[in-house]
Amino acid sequence: MELYEVDLMVNNRAVSARIKAETTLLDFLRENNFIEVKRGCSKGDCGACTVIIDGRPVPSCMTLALQCPGKKIYTVKSLGSWDKLHPLQQAFVDHEAVQCGFCTPGMLMTAKAFLSDQPHPSREEIREAISGNLCRCTGYQKIVDAIESVGKGGEYE
Amino acid sequence: MSEQYRIIGKRIGGLDEKDKVLGNVIFAEDYTLPGMLHARVFRSTRASALIKRLDLTRAKALDGVVCVLSAEDVPNNESVKNVVGQTTEVGLLEATNQVLARDRVRFYGEAIALVAAENLDIAEEALELIEIEYEDLPAIFDPLEARKPGAPKIHGDNNIISAWKIRKGDIEKGFAQADVIVEKSYRTPRQEHAHIEPESGVSWIDDMGVVNIRYAAQVIEHYRDVAAVLGLPDSRVRVIGTIIGGGFGGKEDITVEIFLGLLAWKSGRPVKLTYTREEMGFARHKRPPYYLHYKTGATKDGKLTAMEAKLVSDAGAYVYLSPWILIYSTVHATGPYFIPNVKVDANSVLTNNIMTSAFRGFGGMEVAFAYESQMDELARKLTMDPLEFRKKNFLKKGDETANFQTITSEALLPEAASKALAALGGKGKGSKHKKVGRGFACSWQSYGRMTYLHDTSNAWVNLEMDGSSVVRSGIPDLGGGQRESLRAIVAEILGLKLDEVHVISTDSQVTPPAGTVTATRALYMSGNAARLAAENVRKIILDQASAMVGVAPEKLKLKSKQVYLAENQAGPENQAKKLSLVEVIKSCAAQGKIPQSLATFKAPFTEPITTDLIRDPVFADFTFGAQAAEVEVDTETGEVKLLKYSTAYDIGQAINLNRVEGQMEGGAAQGIGFGLMEDYIEEEGIPLTWNLHEYLVPTSKDLPDIETVVLESRSGKGPFGAKGIGEPAITAAAPAVINAIRDAIGVRIYHVPATAERIFRALKGKREK
Repeated sequence: MELYEVDLMVNNRAVSARIKAETTLLDFLRENNFIEVKRGCSKGDCGACTVIIDGRPVPSCMTLALQCPGKKIYTVKSLGSWDKLHPLQQAFVDHEAVQCGFCTPGMLMTAKAFLSDQPHPSREEIREAISGNLCRCTGYQKIVDAIESVGKGGEYE
Repeated sequence: MSEQYRIIGKRIGGLDEKDKVLGNVIFAEDYTLPGMLHARVFRSTRASALIKRLDLTRAKALDGVVCVLSAEDVPNNESVKNVVGQTTEVGLLEATNQVLARDRVRFYGEAIALVAAENLDIAEEALELIEIEYEDLPAIFDPLEARKPGAPKIHGDNNIISAWKIRKGDIEKGFAQADVIVEKSYRTPRQEHAHIEPESGVSWIDDMGVVNIRYAAQVIEHYRDVAAVLGLPDSRVRVIGTIIGGGFGGKEDITVEIFLGLLAWKSGRPVKLTYTREEMGFARHKRPPYYLHYKTGATKDGKLTAMEAKLVSDAGAYVYLSPWILIYSTVHATGPYFIPNVKVDANSVLTNNIMTSAFRGFGGMEVAFAYESQMDELARKLTMDPLEFRKKNFLKKGDETANFQTITSEALLPEAASKALAALGGKGKGSKHKKVGRGFACSWQSYGRMTYLHDTSNAWVNLEMDGSSVVRSGIPDLGGGQRESLRAIVAEILGLKLDEVHVISTDSQVTPPAGTVTATRALYMSGNAARLAAENVRKIILDQASAMVGVAPEKLKLKSKQVYLAENQAGPENQAKKLSLVEVIKSCAAQGKIPQSLATFKAPFTEPITTDLIRDPVFADFTFGAQAAEVEVDTETGEVKLLKYSTAYDIGQAINLNRVEGQMEGGAAQGIGFGLMEDYIEEEGIPLTWNLHEYLVPTSKDLPDIETVVLESRSGKGPFGAKGIGEPAITAAAPAVINAIRDAIGVRIYHVPATAERIFRALKGKREK
């Protein structure tokens, strides 16, 4: 089986591996210990594996790792730390926009990319933006509340 | 609300959520172990067939394959059991459950063989090399047909696996007294749990020869099932639960644990097994579909006189929890109404469909769709306001249910329904082809397991030398904040801050058995156990402090790591009279009185049901509430748009108000899915909706804002008077939406989900009339 040497920039860190041509970005990330990227369906249906690539939210299960050299890839771990949560993370905590937490890393990445483009969205626009990220626990109410609060607060860079 | 508490009932956001937003939580699939093998399951592609030949030779010979197992490799493959909840009318069934299908498969997706290999690619290649030949057997997919004597039999000689009845009063007389009667048939779908996290786990044999299984488990007590299959003592199997990425009953029955135990035991290597999304779709249990026939009568003054219900549920090919679910349906069949004359007959029937079992709502929401559709139609026939009509019939504290159980807590149904309706605000207008309508529905749902199961839960609580506390409870965390509830309860009682209490949970050999995270029992049972243990620890401290200062313990209070005189505790003169908690703990330790307690909470016990006729209490208590919806229906396409939604429940006492609202919002969303869009489709036993682009669950765009109204009667059986909300939150959603559709277009949908196609056809039918 032919293997390809690939160097990717993930959370501003260079990660190298020898991979098969068909290795998805999701598999690449999880095999290189970015396990904060969650596998929900491997079909691009649920959004749990969403990462930000060059500013866009992308389901990593639908992306080949070999498509990604030279691109900037960010996972949820790029956002904040225990001592200093990112405003979006803080809003998710404050609004309890989290139940089981499995969809949360992907949801946060979609929300982050969206707010970067559109810092003060309406609730309708938020619902549109996150409609590719399934959450089975919350009914989305508190997720929309959390994203809206960040937009309203104007804290978002 | 909740003014007397520091923590209980507040909006607690914190530790659990913080780890989740940081991506720090390790879920089942994230674990790896040194030298770990990767497993896959070989499954049936026939719904009903004999296995004529199974040849594993080529799969075993593949380089990198370490272990291939079929039924003959399983120490105890078959368990012949009399069915849970089986009744005298049906007789002994002796249904055979098998770990791996030996001679016969009974549904598409049934497990036949297991493969463990050095990596997942090799395991998948090995599946392709397994050779199998089938001989098709007659099959039956319609549970109504499957009840008939000539139908092909799935196990034994009777497909009916349980039959429950309720008889109260005189049903004939009740209908004779009625001025109006509504009689209709209803159907509900086979709903898919669609938790975002797949079933997953790892297993290994430790240096003491114990089989360890770490997986996403709603029921860690399954270590006993693994031990039984392996022929080991229970003490040689340990289950360590993980934080669960959604379950809703989907991780309540056996998932990966037996396969993981077998493969580690046989290979001697650590093993990982994660189900694929397709496998979750076609091989895992669903909510049982129901056929319901209801006849309900009322006087012209709006008093219910009689209700007769016939229920049939499709158990699928094996006996999981459908007989129990049927008991719930039977007991909850009347809805939260006092009806003097009641007759219920319920059957659960085997077919060659995918097996059905637990799903949030557990038999309570299927009947809610029917009884609340009936109530709406009765009100219409009586030309009575639907809420006024219901108010004349609501169950109240002190009333007796149809199975002669007295309601011992508050039933704030009038308040819940009024507030849910008020929360919708002003009504929208609609346009020529877009009709706006409103509806609501009330429901009741038990919390806690059936009382004849003699449920118990244990918790251990201590105080460390610095005054912080450790809680040990076996309760799994399903994502509803189960650990956080215990933290809040213990912190409240011991006067600590939340981050001074640490909860260790869900390990069958480390944490005291706390039971399952199912049946809306976690807060009620494990919360009460933690409360008891914390109260015992507080008593140890206050008794010791009492001896130290010579003040009666009743006059002492424990707060902020200080023991105060209870009266006027803020006053400066009392500051001198306080003791630090650490001082008291040191004094305890010096005398060998360790501030720790293992407490057991016991639910009320009743005798086992011995006949088909349910005429005694079955549940500890009930949660009551209502949901309301405003919809816009496009009469040209049948499409429904939810415009507004509200949900109101008396939850007794909130522990964490945010989490209560979260359960209510999430429950409503799942119930709306059940009512409007979720339909798991099988054709002749072949599942067609494996993936989340085929089986559609609500997205953020399918739902409007959900208004929540939290009522607190403090009359529940849980800690601080709490009731359960996990399952009650889902029950009233579908009938609320269906009643709103009826209001909008004058057509009632009797078969949920109310897809655009079903509504379009119903409208067409009405026009043709």
